Amino acid sequence: MSTMSEIEAVQPYEEHFSLAKFARANGTQLGILCVFILLWTIFIVSAPDTFLSPQIYYAFMSTIPFFAIMAMPLTVAVIAGEMDLSFTSIMAIGMVAFIMAHNATNSVLLAFVAALLTGLFAGFMNGVIVVQFGIPSLVATIGTQFFWRGAVLVLSEGRSGSLIYTENSLLHPILVGKIGGVFPMQMVWLLIITIGIWALLNRHRFGAHVYLIGDNENSARLMGVNAGRVRIIVFSLIGIISAFAGVVASLHVTYFWPSLGDGYLLRTLASVFLGGTSVFGGTGTILGTFIGSFIIGAIEAATVAIGLTGFWTQLIYGLIIVASVTMHSYLRRSLK
Amino acid sequence: MTYRIELKNVSKSFGEVQALRGVDFQLGQNEVVGLLGDNGAGKSTLIKILTGYHQPTTGEIYFNGKKVDNLTVPKARRLGVETVYQERALAELQTLWRNIFLGRELSNFLGVMDIKRMKEETYHLMTQSMGFTSSAVTPDSPIQTFSGGEKQGVAIVRALYFDADIIVLDEPTMGLSLKETRKLLNFVHGIRAAGKSAVFIDHNIFHVYSVADRVVVIDRGQVAGEFRCADITLDDLMDKMYQIAETGSFDGDTIQGDSQQ
Repeated sequence: MSTMSEIEAVQPYEEHFSLAKFARANGTQLGILCVFILLWTIFIVSAPDTFLSPQIYYAFMSTIPFFAIMAMPLTVAVIAGEMDLSFTSIMAIGMVAFIMAHNATNSVLLAFVAALLTGLFAGFMNGVIVVQFGIPSLVATIGTQFFWRGAVLVLSEGRSGSLIYTENSLLHPILVGKIGGVFPMQMVWLLIITIGIWALLNRHRFGAHVYLIGDNENSARLMGVNAGRVRIIVFSLIGIISAFAGVVASLHVTYFWPSLGDGYLLRTLASVFLGGTSVFGGTGTILGTFIGSFIIGAIEAATVAIGLTGFWTQLIYGLIIVASVTMHSYLRRSLK
Repeated sequence: MTYRIELKNVSKSFGEVQALRGVDFQLGQNEVVGLLGDNGAGKSTLIKILTGYHQPTTGEIYFNGKKVDNLTVPKARRLGVETVYQERALAELQTLWRNIFLGRELSNFLGVMDIKRMKEETYHLMTQSMGFTSSAVTPDSPIQTFSGGEKQGVAIVRALYFDADIIVLDEPTMGLSLKETRKLLNFVHGIRAAGKSAVFIDHNIFHVYSVADRVVVIDRGQVAGEFRCADITLDDLMDKMYQIAETGSFDGDTIQGDSQQ
């Protein structure tokens, strides 16, 4: 050991690439990538007509982003050792704010802003409940899931409604238009959000603190990380992005249902865990979640295309999720 | 003569439990103070107040003669306090470089991290100061693979890197081998040689006596006494420690006031 002053000029540090090191550092991502390629091969071999034509991929890129967008900030929360079950209700309350703001101002842009702010507020409140009152996020967000869904039903009086007026606004083509008539804009937004959250998690101080509080909160706090602030930002991020996903999903069908978001909860969670993010916190990757969401999104179409009835879908979901999570657990232990 | 740090009449309660009662504590310029005391005497609470982790219930904290209110960990750090915690304060699943820069990642004004520089600095530290020579260890190695001594080395080198004026070591020899312990004690000598100050906590009275200028004994949340190591033999100090463990007090045989060399 020596003091800093004794440390003088040394040879520069160079990172040496080795396959073993790369595999160790990226084990879970490589694992899920192998699962993805394996499944894809099975799909292509069993239903070549479907999986060798571009239409099915445009269909995937059209529907998968609705939940994959939310899986990104949810991954951040799980890495931080937290859980959020309320985001599906936040999707819907954001759309209620959208419709109410549009009714009041007749402006689609203001309606969009109102939806995002409502989502941000709902997420922020989740964070405050978890941090200030020390309630485990799993429990707190079960509560807020019911609360916001209830608020949607009260405010909408359970009625659904057409959003056909949004088709005349610029927002519609920007969020859910098709580039060249085929490539869905929601896929572009998924890519933007994926890259943005990846950069936040891996290149920003905030992301470093997310990993730290998920790994060992006490250490993080001893070393001066403001764990409460990090958590509140994480929940706020889920809130605003869920509201965004709600607007995208609703504008895609130009229709609002008060049940908006129902059915996305388990798919989104499954994408995160399929992608190798540990439920214990401290580890996880955005790329893994991205691949996981496409596996989840493809299974439904694939079971039908392969010639099985739709009844098989859930059984196959279950098999793949259990197998993948087992694989991740094994990889985590053996790649130490 | 101003002290590097001075605590005046500091008390700390956790609910019903009063961990510290009216503690006065001084750390001089270029002084190593050893804190001794039984388990639960309040040593860790005292240093966590110095490092800004706990806020005192009552009492005042001075840095270089200036009163500091609402001391937090980042604020204490800006005032030059670095700490090696008993619990090491590491994140096991994270890589070496993330642990070295835990809580103060090098980043620009937007918060974007300079990962390349952090890895370079980590590489220099690990090869020069931590003695990691194995090619299996890189700045990207997760520290869960390290031995206890290596982890302690990470916690100590981290405190050094940021060039602090005041280094707090809470039970730093715990879990270290004989050789590692000797290295650590040399390092504490190095702190004084470099003109800095340190607070050194250890159960082992021999370690404390061999490196400290002054020993402060804490018992049941209060300062029971203090001695300059130059004025007392190790045998006498041990007798005093037994005495305090049994009776809770010395017989007034303590020095007070200026303890500078």
